[in-house]
Amino acid sequence: MICIVCPMGCPLSVEKTADGFKVSGNTCPRGEKYAIAECTAPTRTLTSIVPVKGKDMVSVKSSAPLPKEKIFDCVNVLATITLDAPVKVGDIIVKDILGTGVDIVATKNIP
Amino acid sequence: MKHVDIVIIGGGPAGMAAAVSAYKAGIRDILILERDQHLGGILQQCIHNGFGLHHFGEELTGPEYAWRYEEEVQKLNIPYKLGAMVTDLTADRKVTYISEEDGEVTLDAGAVILAMGCRERSRGALNIPGVRPAGIYTAGTAQRFVNIKGYMPGKNIVILGSGDIGLIMARRMTLEGAKVQAVCELMPYSGGLNRNIVQCLNDFNIPLRLSHTVVQIHGKDRVTGVTIAKVDENRQPIESTREFIECDTLLLSCGLLPENELTKCAGITLDRVTGGAVCDSYRQTSAKGIFSCGNVLHVHDLVDFVSEEAELAGASAAAYVRGELSTNGRVIAVNPTGGVRYTVPQMLYTEGGDVKLFFRVADIYNNVTVRVSDGNNIIFEKKRKKVAPGEMESIALKADILKNINGDNITVTLIKEGEKA
Repeated sequence: MICIVCPMGCPLSVEKTADGFKVSGNTCPRGEKYAIAECTAPTRTLTSIVPVKGKDMVSVKSSAPLPKEKIFDCVNVLATITLDAPVKVGDIIVKDILGTGVDIVATKNIP
Repeated sequence: MKHVDIVIIGGGPAGMAAAVSAYKAGIRDILILERDQHLGGILQQCIHNGFGLHHFGEELTGPEYAWRYEEEVQKLNIPYKLGAMVTDLTADRKVTYISEEDGEVTLDAGAVILAMGCRERSRGALNIPGVRPAGIYTAGTAQRFVNIKGYMPGKNIVILGSGDIGLIMARRMTLEGAKVQAVCELMPYSGGLNRNIVQCLNDFNIPLRLSHTVVQIHGKDRVTGVTIAKVDENRQPIESTREFIECDTLLLSCGLLPENELTKCAGITLDRVTGGAVCDSYRQTSAKGIFSCGNVLHVHDLVDFVSEEAELAGASAAAYVRGELSTNGRVIAVNPTGGVRYTVPQMLYTEGGDVKLFFRVADIYNNVTVRVSDGNNIIFEKKRKKVAPGEMESIALKADILKNINGDNITVTLIKEGEKA
């Protein structure tokens, strides 16, 4: 895998060992942390859009990174929602989406 | 003719940061002219995150980054006009704009800040053979359709160009239910950030076809497919590698061009490489009192650096209006050579204080030394583990180094590993 922590883009290899993981190819400790997270519990911030009646779309994001495997399920939840104006930056659109403990919040004002 | 101390053309991230900076430098008579119906420029459609890590120390989405500045502009009561299109600019700073509200108005500006941003290279500029069916969009146009209007431009997509907008759109279209067949890149490497290759392509198993280009577009009324081919080292398509991909949409992410029509109106000198104005360390162009910043000056990878540059231009314009802009000392031309494509600024002053010099390289190099020389002496050196065309580089030149420059030009060059100094 390619490390994305900084622009160096080190090619990383991860081996499973008896007491955890052995990372090679990294040139700094952040690379090791990234590689292990990618192998155990990869997460991604979701950004998407939700329609607002009679207005442009409102952009939204997950308030924290979500488990990578739940991204499409979360998008499907968002597809069922239509909002009424006004919407403000920071408004919670979906609380605790799919029991992840993460909220979906608005990132734009739609007056 | 109405006088305004500082007129700023463009209300995107560069224009807003320049306005806030000029205000903080003590100027109150400022006017931002924005042709769209909202401030924030292109950030409004860049709904992904990753903005602001350098500038705000946190990760924001595009609209949130824009909002930070819009709030500041409103809090400081900096005047702005929406739906106001600037149609002419002269070297003696007469700015003409039209708007529904005001009709045609010409302002006499104490200083002008150019912050018009850039636009995308279109199909017409790429010379791809084929007819002209529906379904061909620049990636940014598709981004606007999807993220602001909620329209899907197509279902089955090929993307040409692996710049960041192309990569980001590959993910957006996939999350919205489309199938992205491939991203083709003419060069043997991607111009996009590693992070985007991993999170926008690899996460969704979208193939990145390096050294590939679209050689033909098929379809009469609507795109029915494209023919792609591998290219040789001279970037010429190899006939035997032609391959048909069925699709209904082709997105183009093939580079950005600074939008300098107004700059040309004023007869300002442009840099052939950046496509933007030639400027000094204050971001002043060849026309006195006209400054330039952001993507209209040179295309940036990160908005954070646009804000930084715009703050400098805003403060410089404020100093110019007060008659305090110090252009003392000799003028030094900065010449990019040996793997350095361009520098911004292109000139500086021996008595102008510290200067941060930005530049882009021509290829990917490992273990290089960036060297600045005045012909007689090496005045600055810095080692870099890796440099790439997609990542803007910078070096900081201290005032006392600049004072001691011999002659009237310096060169910025890359010394590759093992190359004789």
